[in-house]
Amino acid sequence: MALQSTSPPVSLRAQGSVARRQAFSRLSRWIFLGATLIGIAVLALLTVDTIRKGAPMLDWQFLTSYPSRKAELAGLRSSLIGTAWVMGTTIVLAIPVAIGTAIFLEEFAPKGRFTSFVRLNIANLAGVPSIIYGILGLTVFVRGVEFRGLTLFPALGSTILAGSLTLALMILPMTVIASVEAIRQVPPSIRDGSLALGATRLQTVRHHTLPGALPGIMTGTILAISRAAGETAALIMIGAFAFIAFDNKSVNEDFTTIPIQIYNWTIRPQDFEGNAAAGIIVLMVMVIGLNLIAVLIRERFRRS
Amino acid sequence: MAAESEMRPSLDPAALRRELQHSSFKRPGELLVVGILWVCGTISLITTFLIVVTLFEETYHFFTDVSPADFFLETRWQALIPGETQSFGVWELVAGTANVVLWSMVMALPLGLAAAIYLSEYAHPRTRRVLKPLLEVLAGVPTIVYAFFALTVITEQVLRPLFGEANVPIFNALSASVMLAVMILPTIASVSEDAMSSVPRELREGAYGLGATRFEVALKVVFPAALSGIIAAVLLAIARVIGETMIVAVAAGSTPNLTLMPLESIQTMTGYMLQVALGDAARGTINYTSLFAVASTLFVFTLTLNVIATWVVNRFREAYE
Repeated sequence: MALQSTSPPVSLRAQGSVARRQAFSRLSRWIFLGATLIGIAVLALLTVDTIRKGAPMLDWQFLTSYPSRKAELAGLRSSLIGTAWVMGTTIVLAIPVAIGTAIFLEEFAPKGRFTSFVRLNIANLAGVPSIIYGILGLTVFVRGVEFRGLTLFPALGSTILAGSLTLALMILPMTVIASVEAIRQVPPSIRDGSLALGATRLQTVRHHTLPGALPGIMTGTILAISRAAGETAALIMIGAFAFIAFDNKSVNEDFTTIPIQIYNWTIRPQDFEGNAAAGIIVLMVMVIGLNLIAVLIRERFRRS
Repeated sequence: MAAESEMRPSLDPAALRRELQHSSFKRPGELLVVGILWVCGTISLITTFLIVVTLFEETYHFFTDVSPADFFLETRWQALIPGETQSFGVWELVAGTANVVLWSMVMALPLGLAAAIYLSEYAHPRTRRVLKPLLEVLAGVPTIVYAFFALTVITEQVLRPLFGEANVPIFNALSASVMLAVMILPTIASVSEDAMSSVPRELREGAYGLGATRFEVALKVVFPAALSGIIAAVLLAIARVIGETMIVAVAAGSTPNLTLMPLESIQTMTGYMLQVALGDAARGTINYTSLFAVASTLFVFTLTLNVIATWVVNRFREAYE
């Protein structure tokens, strides 16, 4: 009895330095969580601030007015229409080429040095800053290319077509990379089965590979489009910083877009701050909407 | 045996594949489509070719007017006003870029890596499924939006009350760096998290078995094992900061300044390029060609970083598959 009472009770609780290490480990969870949440907190803070500044300005009149020297009259009309034109044209130009490139690389390209060079090239193009694409657009699309009196590319001026071509080249690499990833996700057995039943390679691509890869391709494409929608630097580089007070009717006209208009209002004196914030609300609704659609497509098809 | 294999040559896989591949070219329509796909495949090569040629051509013209020695050895950039004071020392612009890279990394690196460690080692899968997309929204925010915040919120409502109105110029490197850090956070977090998630589970279990705590496993086992992926993430992030234009053009100023101090007004390489673009420089002038000289410098910087990052990632892949 006496012996039992003097021996210390057996405990699984750590003591001494082990207890300290465990306590620190438990604490570290909250430190890391805090660091993770800072970015999201900043996002929330900025959202609140923008809504506070921009919401009073955001009404039907703002959406349907041309830019103006008077802040209370200036609106988004021409930039909304310009953005729609540029997005539409960019999609038409970039998406078929991007999907074509991805199919080429995954299904038809000869395995060898040429193909791996093309792949490496696309990976590096994805890292080229947008303003460099702007310079490319300025020299090739806006000013045109002549070689010994021969016009290799006509000078388009700072038009919707020039801007869309520039943005199309800019989003091409990321769209190709996403599409290649999506095509790789399609099980080889489906492809082999189709080929074994006598389908040609192109029929296999059209009826099996592409439908299977479509959700992934769409997700990547939508994200790329949302990047193009928010692009400012490349478009200013090609000279799209004009005062536009008319509705665009063709791709051969000068234009402005929502991000360019926001930039214009941001660098002006403070009375345009409300306009800039209201423009940001519109742009963010667009971009987050596109992101949300992309995430939903990804989640939906991941489950099935 | 030999006779048998001669009788059924199509069972040879290589020959069979050749036969199958050949059959798809028998239809002229398919041949056309495959031709179009080839054209698509070469467009990326043409793009690279055009970028290199346009940059090189005008940079060459620039160096016929300005000696390379002045460009690379002078330290003062005073390009847009012609006359005696005109000077083309690129280091002032490079210093501007280095300034925002330095301070944005000071902020984004600890936060981004901590976020990566949390998402990879601590978070419940359900928490992670919510947090990761939220963090990725930050990557999708157009940079003009960040530029607006840098100027109106960070400078006006954070830095000026913090350091005093007199010490903080309206355009300063720090406000731009703060928003650049926010912009780059998801890149660092997401790419590092991918690297840490692909560290084999056995490594963690071995460490737990030896009595390591979760913190020790994360920092002393997983982090070193994923280091090459993490380095690649950081290099990609730096390349993006170097190439970012709107945030620095709006918030950091347009005063070339050879300094790494955060509360100074500066100009980056991209900031100068945008300034020239807004000024609508005529073709053939020194302003126009200087744009290309700076663009070439920027292109070399980002390309180098991207190439090193790709190389590091490939090394990393070899180690774990």
